[in-house]
This record gives sequence, structure tokens and C-alpha cells, in this order.
Amino acid sequence: MEHIISLTLENKFGSLSRVAGLFSGRGFNIESLSVAPTLDPSVSMMTIVTSGDDRIIEQIMKQLNKVIDVIKVVDISENEFVERETALIKVHTRPEDRAEALRIADIFRASVLDSSPTSYTIEVTGDVRKVQAIIQLLQPLGIKELVRTGRIAIAREPTRHAQAQPRPLAKAN
Amino acid sequence: MQLTGAEIFLESLKREGVDTLFALPGGVVLKIFDVLHQQKDIRVILTRHEQGAGHMAEGYAKATGKPGVCLITSGPGMTNVITALADAYMDSVPMVCFSGQVPTGMIGNDAFQEADNTGLSRPCTKYNFLVKDVNDLAQTIKEAFYLASTGRPGPVLVDIPKDISMDKGEFHYPKSVSIRGYNPTYDGSKWKIKQAADAIMKSKRPILYIGGGVQHSGASAEVMELAEMTQIPVDMTLMALGAFPGNHPLSLGMLGMHGTYVANMAMHYSDLVIAVGARFDDRVTGKVAEFCPTAKIIHIDIDPTSIRKNIHVDIPIVGDCKRVLIELNNILRATVNGNQREQRKPWWDQLTAWQQEHPLAYTQEPEAQIKPQYLINRLYELTADRDPIVSTDVGQHQMWAAQYFKLKNPLTWLTSGGLGTMGFGFPAAMGAQAAFPGRLVLCIAGDGSIQMNTQELATAVIEKLPVKVFVINNRFHGMVRQWQDLFYEGRYSCSQLGNVPDFVKLAEAYGAAGIRIDKIGDVDAGIQEALAIDRPVFIDVPVYQYENCYPMIPAGGSNHEMLLEDPPDLKKPQSTHQQASQAGSDTVLTA
Repeated sequence: MEHIISLTLENKFGSLSRVAGLFSGRGFNIESLSVAPTLDPSVSMMTIVTSGDDRIIEQIMKQLNKVIDVIKVVDISENEFVERETALIKVHTRPEDRAEALRIADIFRASVLDSSPTSYTIEVTGDVRKVQAIIQLLQPLGIKELVRTGRIAIAREPTRHAQAQPRPLAKAN
Repeated sequence: MQLTGAEIFLESLKREGVDTLFALPGGVVLKIFDVLHQQKDIRVILTRHEQGAGHMAEGYAKATGKPGVCLITSGPGMTNVITALADAYMDSVPMVCFSGQVPTGMIGNDAFQEADNTGLSRPCTKYNFLVKDVNDLAQTIKEAFYLASTGRPGPVLVDIPKDISMDKGEFHYPKSVSIRGYNPTYDGSKWKIKQAADAIMKSKRPILYIGGGVQHSGASAEVMELAEMTQIPVDMTLMALGAFPGNHPLSLGMLGMHGTYVANMAMHYSDLVIAVGARFDDRVTGKVAEFCPTAKIIHIDIDPTSIRKNIHVDIPIVGDCKRVLIELNNILRATVNGNQREQRKPWWDQLTAWQQEHPLAYTQEPEAQIKPQYLINRLYELTADRDPIVSTDVGQHQMWAAQYFKLKNPLTWLTSGGLGTMGFGFPAAMGAQAAFPGRLVLCIAGDGSIQMNTQELATAVIEKLPVKVFVINNRFHGMVRQWQDLFYEGRYSCSQLGNVPDFVKLAEAYGAAGIRIDKIGDVDAGIQEALAIDRPVFIDVPVYQYENCYPMIPAGGSNHEMLLEDPPDLKKPQSTHQQASQAGSDTVLTA
């Protein structure tokens, strides 16, 4: 099963290779990986999409925790979360296809970043299904280049607190 | 105080209490060696190969429980020490390795003797550092020792570029360190420990399965108290030997692929396995699907990744073995009612029956060639009162040593378990001897293994490390030959070594003593003679070539399906009379 793991790690030389090396050395899957610094420049956030049965995911979590540069590990996909991925798609467009390409971009609320007589560069952001869907639709036109950021995800805040809050207020009144 | 990087290195090591450094110089570490030359606090032992330096540091660490320290140069120095780092990583040996590196400005330029030291060592160290500023050096060394010796111990590499060793910086040695991504759990969950105590009280057929973690954590006394209080039998892994006395009535000996019959049967038929500091290695579990089919499993380990890695665990307890056992013993002490032996009688009757059914056995005809087991058993009996430190190489001799050498004390057994590194034994013994100059240090080696590091004879002689190396000489890679006999119809592909070198002459060439024991009647006298020499000794013992190591669980087999002797259809030459066993009859040599 697919899992999205969120890592807080030291923003140090070699940290990325320690995490990546762990996955290759122990034969775990990485479907996508993205990493960037956080508000605290000494810390990076990494989002890893991986897959495996419960036993493998348990090992992945434990092994990641064991890496000394890793500060915190959370399996985001255990609870409610939102995820996004951005893709830049350079579509080859013959004159008769240009309108169709724009129409598809419009349907997916994607934007055109660059245009040349024979191509459009389209930016799309969404969950993984949306990104895959637009790629599928654009493919018949001819995709010249495709760059994806990999998926990033963040846990949803629990909604219960918001509902519970009015109660003490009502009491006070 | 302004000091050069090399001086900071020296001062930091002193503050860590380092008394011995195993080292081999090279271009980029000359500044450090120059500083070492002008001091007397740290003994610097010059080895002949970086692998030797690494294994000596391991031997030092395994015998003392303190981190072993080695210093090597860049490039080939680094690649040579990798085997020792990987070995230490597998066996959780606390070790700090300092490597030289080309100057920071040249890193990445394929400079002379440059290697990516941190990249090379990343998968085989607990952590590694590249020092890029001399002002970070002291802090880095503090962190390296802290990481190597706490939690689950392991090797740590500190890579020091040449310019860093020459630059001047402010020396301030930190008193403590805190690393935000590293917080080992030492105290086990009280709730889980209570569950474990309940399971122990309910169990009818419990077994303690102890591993190397008991050695590292210093939990021998706690294991003893637990076992005696509850009358639970004790199985030891290869790494645990000595952590519980091998001759104790509750000891069933070593378990696993070449473990005793009773140790493996006890695991297979138990209803509760209490694993302490062990990691359910494949050499212990055999076929995982049939491992301990009727048992509940309690697993105490400081490394959470060891738990449920290979085997499903019912009661996981993450923590330091010693602390968890103290807690567990406190609960049990209040619960046990004194007649544990009585309650466990049916289990012990069964264990005794297994013990008597198939004890460790070999046959030694009085006039025939020496059997390896006989030699090792006599060596054990003749040295038992001197509490020796015993190191081994890897192979048949290692398994026989594990079976017959019933060690009484922790930190007396130096062997390469996880990585199975041939060539480990001799330098490891030297490392232990450097730590304990007055103690008897034995190395049991095979003629195949010993040849992987004989160059260290020079180090042993010059540094006056009087280790006694018993070469169990069967002119074969014996374990390879055993598998070829059992599973490859006796086709000896690349397992025959011939009757070279002459180990007596080899030792003598280096200025060490050489003795040959080739008659059964000379074994005791030969051993005594070797022990009386105050120099390093190689004792060459030509043994019966075709002896196989039993019991044996064939790879992928289940624990209760052991081979106990040669299969009846196995054809191999019989043990010959001793005269015929002299070099001349060795077909391998004369062919």
C-alpha cells in the first residue's frame, strides 16, 4: 500500500544521501521524494512517497528514525492529509492542436507559462490523479518534456476543536 | 587557547580517555602523526595494514567495552579500513575511526590519494563527519565518541582534511553534547515489562535467548539473576558467549546453525522466548516460517529496528537490556515463590533428555590425526583457570571454539559474527592484548583465515603483544569444503589451500615463536610450551582435514531439523594414522 512519509531532518551536507542510501541499501521503494528548507534554515522537510506492506512500512519508519540526521518522522497518510504536486509539461502543438491544448489546460485550471509557435509549456498543480489525468489528455498531442516536483503533503488540522469551542462560550453566557 | 587542528585532535582524545591508538600514517595525516610523536599519554601502535588497525580497535573495544580508536590516511587507507568498519557496524562495536582527507580546497578534484571517505563509509558506520572548519573539530570529536558509545554502539568516522589538521583554532572541549535527532530509549515501557513478567510467570516452557546486547549493556548479572530466580534455561548467540557462563547448569550453550541440539530444540518447542539484546539473525532463526511455532516472543532491545525486522514479536520492549532486566527482576522477585524448579520440572526433564540424547560429540582415535575439537577442548581445559580472552577467525574453527570454549565472563569473546570477516581474529586479539598486557589472549584461527592478516605478525613482535595464535590447519577453507561435501557432491572448487606456508617458519621469520603440534600425545605439552613463551606465538596444528562441524541446520532448514553427523552416503577419506599425516601424504601439496 502507498504511504506518504514526512521527514524533518538536519539541513546538512550528506543528509539527503543518508536517507536515499537507506532506501536503496535496504531495498525499500521510493516513488517520489521532494526536499526543501523550512522556516528554520537548519532544518529541511522531506516528503517521501513509498509503498509496502505493514511490516515493511514499520521498518521504513523505524529505520528513518534511526538515521541521526532525521529529527522527526510522520506517516502522513495514516490520517487525513492534503497533497499536491506540480508538473511542467511542454506540449508539442501543431497549428490544428493549439486550441485543444489550451482547452485542456483550461479544464484543469492549468496555466500556460511559455508559448512558442510549435509548443506550449503548461503548469498544473493538483493531487496525483489530476496531474496524471492532464498528462493522459495531453499525450496524444505529443509531450516533448515533462518535469514533476514529486508529491508534497501536509496533515489536515483536526476539525473537532473548532466544533467544541462554542460550548464553554455558551456556558459563560 | 589557540591550537593547531592536530593538537586539538590530541587534546580531545586525551579528554576522552583514549590510551591506545592503532594507526598507519600517510601524506595527509603527517601533521597529526608529528604531534603524536611528541607526546607520551597515548600509545600509538603502528600496524602493517589499515584493516589490521581497524580490527585491533575492534578487539580493544570488545575486550574493554570502551570505544576503540584508529587513525588512517586518505584514499587507500580509507578503503582498507572499510572491512573493519562494516564488521564493527554489524556487531555493534563502539569504535571511532579518524581518516585523513586531501585539503578542503582539493576535495572533489580527484587529488592524489583522494577518496570520498564519508560516501564510502556511510552505509557501514553509525554516523560520519567531514570536518570543514578547525573550530568544529573538538565538538565533532566529542559527538563522535558520544555516538559510538551510547545507544546501540557502532563505528563512527571522522574525516579530517589536511588543512584542518594544520589550521589554528580556539580549543574548547565541550562537556556534554545533545544531538536533536538522536535520543536512544534506555528505560523500557513499564507497562510492557509488566506484561513480560506476567508472561514469564504463566509460561511452562520458557527460554532465554541472549545476544551481544547483553555484553554491550553489561547486563550479565541481571541475566544471571533472572535465569536463576525463575529457573529459565539460557541459549546464547555467537555474540553472547561469555555474557552467561558456558558451564552454568542453566546454560544450554550456543543456538543457531551450529548450535547445540538442546539449544535449538528448546527454541523450537518453547512456549515463551525471551530475547535479550539479540536480533533474530538468519543463522539463528533458520527457516523463518517454522521458527518457534508455539512460542510467544518477548523482545528486549535498544534498537527499535531490530524488533519485528525478521520475526513477529508479541511483547516488544525498547530499552537498554540492563535497565529493563533490573525492572523486570524487581517485579518477578516479588512474585516468584521459590519452587520455580519444581514447577518447571517437566520442561527441565525434557531439556535434560535432549541434552543426553545428543550432546556435542566427536571421536578422537588415540593414534590418529588430531581432531580440531580435541585441540580446542584441551586448550579450553588447560587455560580455564586463567580466564583468557579468546578471539577467533571465521569458519569451522570458529564454530568449534564457540561450542567447546565455555567462557565464564563477559567481554572475553572476540569474534566476527554479523559480517563473518576472515582475518579478524589475529588483529582483534592484539587489540585486546594492548588493552590488557598482563592477560592471556588466545586466537583460534584457521589456516585460511589467518592468511588474510599475517602481516600483523610484525606489529605483534615490535609492539610486544604476546598473543597465542592456534592455527587449526586443515589445508582447506574448511567450512566451504564442508558445504561442498554436503551439498555439491564433494567437488572442491577453490577450497584446497595446500600445505603452505610453513606457519612455524613464517612466525620465526618475523621474530615470533613458532611451534608445531602434530601428534595427539604432544597436544598438552605443546599448549603448555606455547603459553610459557612471553612473545607472540604461532602454534601450527595440522588436523584431520575432513572433519565436519555438527550439529548443523542446513541453510533454509528449520531449527528442529539438525544434521548431527555425516550422512551415511557421504564419502570422504578417513582419519589416518599420525605418521601418514605428515606433510608428505598431503595430496594437495604433492599434486
